[in-house]
Amino acid sequence: MAALLRTGLRVLILAILIGPVLLGIAQTLGAAFGWLPALGERSIGLAPWQALLKQPGLATSVQLTFWTGLSATLIGFVLAFALVAGLYGRAGGRSLTPWLAPFLAAPHAAMAIGLAFILAPSGWLLRLVAGPLDLARPPDWALVGDPMGIGLILGLLVKEVPFLALIMTASLGHLPVRRWLIRARSLGYTPASAWIRVVLPIMWPQIRLPTLIVLSYALSNVDMALILGPSNPPVLAVSVLRAYTAPELSSLLAAGAGAVLQAIAVIVTFAGVWLTERLIARLSRAGIRRGRRERLSGLALGLSQGGSAVLMTMAAGAIAALVIWSVTWRWPWPQALPGSLSIAAWQQSADALTQPLGHSLILAAATTAIALALAIAWLETERRRGATALAAILYLPLLLPQIGFLPGLQFGFLQVGLGPGLLAVGWAQLLFVFPYVLLVLVGPWRGFDAQITRQAASLGAGPLRRLLRVKLPVLLAPVLAAGAIGVAVSIAQYLPTLIMGGGRINTLTTEAVSLASGADRRITAVYAMLQMLIPVTAYGIAIITPMRRARHRRFLRE
Amino acid sequence: MPLVIDSLTIRAAGESALFGPLTLEIQPGHVTTVMGPSGVGKTTLLQAIAGHLPGDFTLSGGLALNGRRLNGVPAEKRRIGIMFQEAGLFPHLSVGENLAFGLRAGVRGRSARARAVDQALATAGLTGMADRDPATLSGGQRARAALMQSLLAEPEAILLDEPFSGLDQTLRDDIRAFVLEHIRARSIPALLVTHDPADAEAAGGPVIPLDAVPTARA
Repeated sequence: MAALLRTGLRVLILAILIGPVLLGIAQTLGAAFGWLPALGERSIGLAPWQALLKQPGLATSVQLTFWTGLSATLIGFVLAFALVAGLYGRAGGRSLTPWLAPFLAAPHAAMAIGLAFILAPSGWLLRLVAGPLDLARPPDWALVGDPMGIGLILGLLVKEVPFLALIMTASLGHLPVRRWLIRARSLGYTPASAWIRVVLPIMWPQIRLPTLIVLSYALSNVDMALILGPSNPPVLAVSVLRAYTAPELSSLLAAGAGAVLQAIAVIVTFAGVWLTERLIARLSRAGIRRGRRERLSGLALGLSQGGSAVLMTMAAGAIAALVIWSVTWRWPWPQALPGSLSIAAWQQSADALTQPLGHSLILAAATTAIALALAIAWLETERRRGATALAAILYLPLLLPQIGFLPGLQFGFLQVGLGPGLLAVGWAQLLFVFPYVLLVLVGPWRGFDAQITRQAASLGAGPLRRLLRVKLPVLLAPVLAAGAIGVAVSIAQYLPTLIMGGGRINTLTTEAVSLASGADRRITAVYAMLQMLIPVTAYGIAIITPMRRARHRRFLRE
Repeated sequence: MPLVIDSLTIRAAGESALFGPLTLEIQPGHVTTVMGPSGVGKTTLLQAIAGHLPGDFTLSGGLALNGRRLNGVPAEKRRIGIMFQEAGLFPHLSVGENLAFGLRAGVRGRSARARAVDQALATAGLTGMADRDPATLSGGQRARAALMQSLLAEPEAILLDEPFSGLDQTLRDDIRAFVLEHIRARSIPALLVTHDPADAEAAGGPVIPLDAVPTARA
């Protein structure tokens, strides 16, 4: 009976989380070949592909997608690795996490808007040099929407580096990294060399999945690309979204084909990662057999650390720019700081804000609560080993491009009678909130000292009581952290909200993204600020509460 | 050519010295033992000599190896091997690759390098185990392989940080004899840190007690 209940629960969780993904993939594939019964379209053929190929600028879009996605991920990985290597074992390294938290918490859209405020032709960066250089007008130069996608790459980097650095730090955990480094250096290897030849290969299997998630996001994100990316032609994901929102049916089917193309781009890149991994492993083995001691890599490590510092300064500047713009009254070119401040923008937006703010809060609270409940149920019903292959499926929504299956999912939901609305949006957001919540909880749950629950059991506590009165209180810190990440992920969702809401559910994020394309900077800043404040507050609670609670319980701190 | 330590003190930022000024000279082929209570800074002393002192420690006094001044020289250029109780071999490399990783770059050519590694494996009684995962070796085999890895880099001195304390008693005598024999055969100075008097006795060299500096509290 208990076993049946357990299996039933696990199947239900899989159905809730993976069912929609499969439904979305099936519908998208169907649409790509002319099959969209939800709209009465049943003419199977290659017409959608022909329509897609006829789209002007498609080749450039594909090139841009690969260029921005690959370079952002590659550079981000190198910078994060250098950051972790540079800070490891230093007094400052231990406290890295709280410093990275605001950058992790900041939604992509808010960060992109802040960066745009810095990098735009009339942005803060140029205002700072305009005085000394005597620039009378904003120059005809831009890193926002530039045809090379540099602005987009910078935006992606700002979000990826803290995430990867945190994942890398966590993966080192209790490994004897310091002793490995000492051994390698005593054999004549420089610190950089030791990190690359010893630590990286040991760490890689544990950070492969998060790296692929970052890669998939970099190749297929829409909100950052809308704000910072080139617009004509845009990256593939944005051009698919445009085709999808165009009124004609043919355009909709072409969007299906484009979505499949986007998915293929991600899969091809994953295959490339797999091949590169093999190749590097082979080359490094050959290098190890030759016993080469590189001299140059120290410089590379130093440069990367400098790059990380510049990037994090930029991120801090972006957040500062949001704060300042939201309370600016007048800020004429080329002054470095606003001429006068006011809360007028906040007052002006107050009425328009309430609905999107309410939507954002409801969605974040509901998806996070459900994701936490499902993730804990999933972990509690887990049988020791062998669950890993199945668990990987749960990360599928993060590995697939969102634009690759969400449009299909909308029609799939329509067919089963679930129209656009809060429920559809919430469900779609849950697909992305859940895996992140699970990612945070897996480690603490597996590392939990089973002796504590066994002792509770011997005192007569049943399974539910053991979970609620013993395990959850002990694991409060990771549960709160998972909750904070859940809130951040939910708040950051743009595409699921836009598509599954049928354009009718507005949140702070959808509003901020649409305001970013040319509205009053002060109003845009207000929305972006609020959008950022919610997850930052959640992170703050997640960091401070366990610290306060553990003040008089030393074992909880370890 | 000796390893010379001249009135060495180490202190953590803002604190008093870990132990009194240490002066000693270790001749090639000789093993000097440092003994002291746990927490007195024996491991920190070895890390200072090898150049791995954590950033929040400072060192005063002189260090020299074969007439080369070591102060300020990066660890990878000191040519000082170091052996621990655990984490000797790298878990992602096979036993043979571990030794090849240690073998100094100066030995060139695929066949010459393979020969050097095979020879070291044979010396350690590990013939034919080049492709094994280090995790599948016994504790004694791992200790011998780790020593070979260190020696293949041709260090000019070697530091031993309680390398035998993880081994059970019978194995311990064997491995200790093996390690000491090879260090003496190389004619390099060695510094052994231990809390086991039997280690010190087997090392046969001078035994330096490392005592905490008496502080105002004591």
